[in-house]
Amino acid sequence: MSHNLSKAARPANQTSVFVKRKRMYTFFFLGVIAIMIASSLIANFDYIVGIKSIPKAITWSLTKFIPNSSSWHWLTDEILKALFETALMSVAVTACSAVFAFAFSLLGTRTTKINPLIGRAVRIIASFFRNIPDVAWVLVLFMAFGQNILTGFFALFFVTFGLLTRTFIETIDEISASCVEALHASGANYMQVVFRGIIPSSAAALISWVLYMIETNIRNATLIGIISGTGIGFWFNWFLKSLNYGAAGLTLITIVVLVIAIEITSTQIRRAIL
Amino acid sequence: MPILEFKNVSKTYNNVTKALTDISFSINSGEFVAIIGPSGSGKSTILRCINRLVDATQGGIIFDEFDVCHANKNEIRQIRKKVGMIFQHYNLVERLSVIENVLHGRLGHKSTISGIIGRYTEPEKEQAFQILEKLGLTEQAYKRCDELSGGQKQRVGIARSLMQEPNLILCDEPIASLDPSTSKVIMDHLSNINKTMGITCILNLHQVDVALKYAGRIIGLTSGKIVYDGPPNQLLKSTIHEIYQSNEGELITDVA
Repeated sequence: MSHNLSKAARPANQTSVFVKRKRMYTFFFLGVIAIMIASSLIANFDYIVGIKSIPKAITWSLTKFIPNSSSWHWLTDEILKALFETALMSVAVTACSAVFAFAFSLLGTRTTKINPLIGRAVRIIASFFRNIPDVAWVLVLFMAFGQNILTGFFALFFVTFGLLTRTFIETIDEISASCVEALHASGANYMQVVFRGIIPSSAAALISWVLYMIETNIRNATLIGIISGTGIGFWFNWFLKSLNYGAAGLTLITIVVLVIAIEITSTQIRRAIL
Repeated sequence: MPILEFKNVSKTYNNVTKALTDISFSINSGEFVAIIGPSGSGKSTILRCINRLVDATQGGIIFDEFDVCHANKNEIRQIRKKVGMIFQHYNLVERLSVIENVLHGRLGHKSTISGIIGRYTEPEKEQAFQILEKLGLTEQAYKRCDELSGGQKQRVGIARSLMQEPNLILCDEPIASLDPSTSKVIMDHLSNINKTMGITCILNLHQVDVALKYAGRIIGLTSGKIVYDGPPNQLLKSTIHEIYQSNEGELITDVA
């Protein structure tokens, strides 16, 4: 058999999709570069200076933030205690908002909503809480509670609640919709569907989201503590302001160690339940 | 004695999409009915109107003395208790064991609280194991459903609906995701349930040959209207083409 392939029929008078795709990528790439240059011009930001200063910044932090012998006593005196408090607070906040988020998300899912209006309202409320950054919540709540652990608690609570409600709604709709239909069809009532259908089928996925939020919240709690003056954030800020860079570096290291430890644990838990 | 009656039923989704137009038929107790028709012709809508997963827009449906269209919450529960349903994608709680899924068929008969905590009586458990034995699933009783094959999952679905002690079983594409040999196992079980237990069955099917072989009566549906309603041996080839709006030689059944 000969190999002279005859030309296959193609739609006439039409730019090929391959050319179109290529053109789109080129335009996109050029567009991004143009935006980058324009925005740096407007903001007076010089990329060259920015990149040049990176090595200097690294050497500076490496020399300053090395814990020295005089900073070690802070570890047992304050850092560990504050870190422990911050970590527990994050777990408590996440657990608390998860309970509220679950109850709320049931009203918001396509499969279990009681009426469309409430469902829409739940989604809007959740988006509202989620889209205000936690730092903004801290600044607002600081007016109400002052330098108090409640400030950080509620700031994290609102954001976590909003985010978990949204993700719970999507997870439940994705995982449980089919078995919910079957249970409804067999005559099960609302609460029976929730406890026999939704919880068993989507619990593992929901817990996985809660674990993820615990990790995120421990990181965020540090930042929030700097603003609200509580927990580990307070001490980090205090060390910096009193130019005690060694102790500040030590604080950072313990935070990193804790976050990694939590991440490893939650990965293990996830592997076991999923 | 009709167990189910459709009287001029119409269904329009969101005031625009017409799914069913003026559907009327009645089904006697013990019949084995197959509904055939192209995708989007309203087969699933008919089934879901019977147990009120979908509300009909117009007309009346009578099931076993119940006025389905005007049933209140409590009556809907009574209706659903007596109507089993089997799905194309099985719709099991995949992370629970087979026996737990089968017992879910009893939820409609239980109080809210004993349903929530999952307290089933000894006779109910006994009955569940008997049904599993009948369907050849005894070995799988304590396995998690996500470990099962498609055919086994569908048998769990059948077991769950039998657990309801229904008068009527609705099957929405019961074999559409199964291979030919498991399809036969499932169809044989359904046919057997219909013959030995006297449970009325209504099936949506895409496989015309399967419908002709098993069903005692065929309802052909095209864009929400009934085109054929009668025994399989009177269903002409030309009528099949009318149902699927196709010409000679365009259907997979023409090849065979």
